[in-house]
Amino acid sequence: MGRDLRLVYQQIKYQNKIFWRTPVAAFFTLIFPLMFLVLFAALFGNDEIEALGVTTAQFYAPALAVFGAASATYTNLCTATSIARDEGILKRVRGTPLPPWIYIAGRVGSAIWMATLAVTLMMSVGIAFYGVEIVGRTFVAAVVSFLVGAAVFAALGLFVASLIPNGDTAPAVTNATLLPIAFVSDVFIPVEDPPVWLETLGNIFPLKHFVAAFGDAFHPALTGSGWSWSGVEFSELTGTGEYAIGLHIAVMAVWGVAAAFLATRYFKWEPQADRRAGRRRRKTQAQTSDS
Amino acid sequence: MAAITVRGLAKHYGELRAVDGIDLTVEEGEVFALLGPNGAGKTTSVEIMEGHRIRTRGQVDVLGFDPATGGRPYRERIGIVLQQTALERELKVEEAIHTYAAIYPRSRDVDEVIGIVGLEEKRTVRIKTLSGGQQRRLELALGIIGDPDLIFLDEPTTGFDPSARRQAWGLIDNLRSLGKTILLTTHYMDEAQHLADRVAVIARGRIVEEGTPHSIGGRHEGEATVRFSLGNTDPEELPEMARAGLDPTTEVITILTHTPTALLRTLTAWAIDRGIELDHLRVERPSLEDVYLRLTKDSEDG
Ligand SMILES: Nc1ncnc2c1ncn2[C@@H]1O[C@H](COP(=O)(O)OP(=O)(O)OP(=O)(O)O)[C@@H](O)[C@H]1O
Ligand SMILES: [Mg+2]
Repeated sequence: MGRDLRLVYQQIKYQNKIFWRTPVAAFFTLIFPLMFLVLFAALFGNDEIEALGVTTAQFYAPALAVFGAASATYTNLCTATSIARDEGILKRVRGTPLPPWIYIAGRVGSAIWMATLAVTLMMSVGIAFYGVEIVGRTFVAAVVSFLVGAAVFAALGLFVASLIPNGDTAPAVTNATLLPIAFVSDVFIPVEDPPVWLETLGNIFPLKHFVAAFGDAFHPALTGSGWSWSGVEFSELTGTGEYAIGLHIAVMAVWGVAAAFLATRYFKWEPQADRRAGRRRRKTQAQTSDS
Repeated sequence: MAAITVRGLAKHYGELRAVDGIDLTVEEGEVFALLGPNGAGKTTSVEIMEGHRIRTRGQVDVLGFDPATGGRPYRERIGIVLQQTALERELKVEEAIHTYAAIYPRSRDVDEVIGIVGLEEKRTVRIKTLSGGQQRRLELALGIIGDPDLIFLDEPTTGFDPSARRQAWGLIDNLRSLGKTILLTTHYMDEAQHLADRVAVIARGRIVEEGTPHSIGGRHEGEATVRFSLGNTDPEELPEMARAGLDPTTEVITILTHTPTALLRTLTAWAIDRGIELDHLRVERPSLEDVYLRLTKDSEDG
């Protein structure tokens, strides 16, 4: 077991190395969300938004940090894994004694590490340049929320990778799912009084819960340290509310467990070109065979 | 003891019988080559033995494991070079080898392996900058880094320049002398001739012939060919036995015989009597390639 843990560590380092040598991925994960922060602060000014009870940056920094974390895990992990499969790298790994779970743990661990960097960078820039405050009381709940969220989005990334045929489709599929959901999940716009169906839509998907569980931790006017089932949204009238992560974590966990289960079932290690050729042949000749 | 025992192995893709009932035994310490045209079923068979593909039917025993279920203990004892090169492009050569070395319980020395495949000068460059043949050599390095008892090499030297191929042969000879078992596929007859203790020719998913490179297809028993060029000699003056063998356009005389020694004596005596030098005089046995082409004649693109 000690040896296996060392292998996990080594695989994480190995994937990190590859990540840093793929500048596009590094840019989209780390720099791109920062550009939004700079842009929003410039566009809206950094005054307090009354309906939210916090400054523009105090609201956006954690929301965009979560967005960066989601793209590090969901988008990147899915794309990188699918491309590695196309290139036969996953198949090659399967032919070695490296247990599959260790290889996947290496990829997931590296993705979560990059998510950690993205969040740290975003919050640091917020603190240094935009007067973002950290609330000590909620810090642990924020860290837990981050870890759960990152793990869940990694599972979702692997789930999508197990469905799509090749790496070319990965960025399209992940962006076409993540971006629209981000718009109903308080990432880019804090929606006030949205139509009920939009709100419900946001509540179904895990991103809004990730943003709420992590982001509300940085709301100085909210009470509590997060460890209860459901909280109270900030109200302009009372000037306060309550921070709670229970329900948010639960919704995310349901998504994560389902995604992880399906991904383990359907994940493929061989490049899919051969399989599709095989399937086509099988179909035309109406014969069954394994592959 | 046999390292590989395969009985009645079949793999069907729908109607296509990619492998159609193969029996194969490879002894421990043996170098065994699979020959056959494109699409004959070599890769499919080898990948079943590697544990990459699930067979439709048949028994496969490799080092006492069923490859389909052998898992980690099995894979710790084998090395694989796939036909398709698959490398992490952004890594450096030595990084890739180090990472793979850590996966195996007893791995070979990284520097030594880099030396063996002749990549010393490339050890710190990115894999994506390697030439095709150099990438193949790196694949070979990754295949042997775990010090495996059995090595599968699917067209290991395709894309190698002649000197790199010689070097790879040296490497394989060296592995043989360490007692390793090697199953390789190749399209190069000289490679099979040089390396293999035994070869099998496979076509349309079946083994059509099996034996030593020297004796396969009755190579050692068949007729020998004696050839020489006509030169300035008048065809009318040729001895009886040679006249029929003259090709008028190329002016080459070809004689098939079961007794080349006796024939040569008659022929050379005749030539010496007349003071003639027989140009390009040769005695040939059918080459491995001749035998291979005959065996696979009807199964092009099997
Ligand atoms: N995954 C697959 N699905 C469908 N057909 C396949 C699959 N893999 C191989 N085949 C078919 O099985 C046959 C044997 O292929 P295989 O790759 O084993 O040939 P090979 O002897 O290795 O040829 P080559 O010398 O070209 O490498 C071919 O007709 C090929 O098209
Ligand atoms: Mg092949």
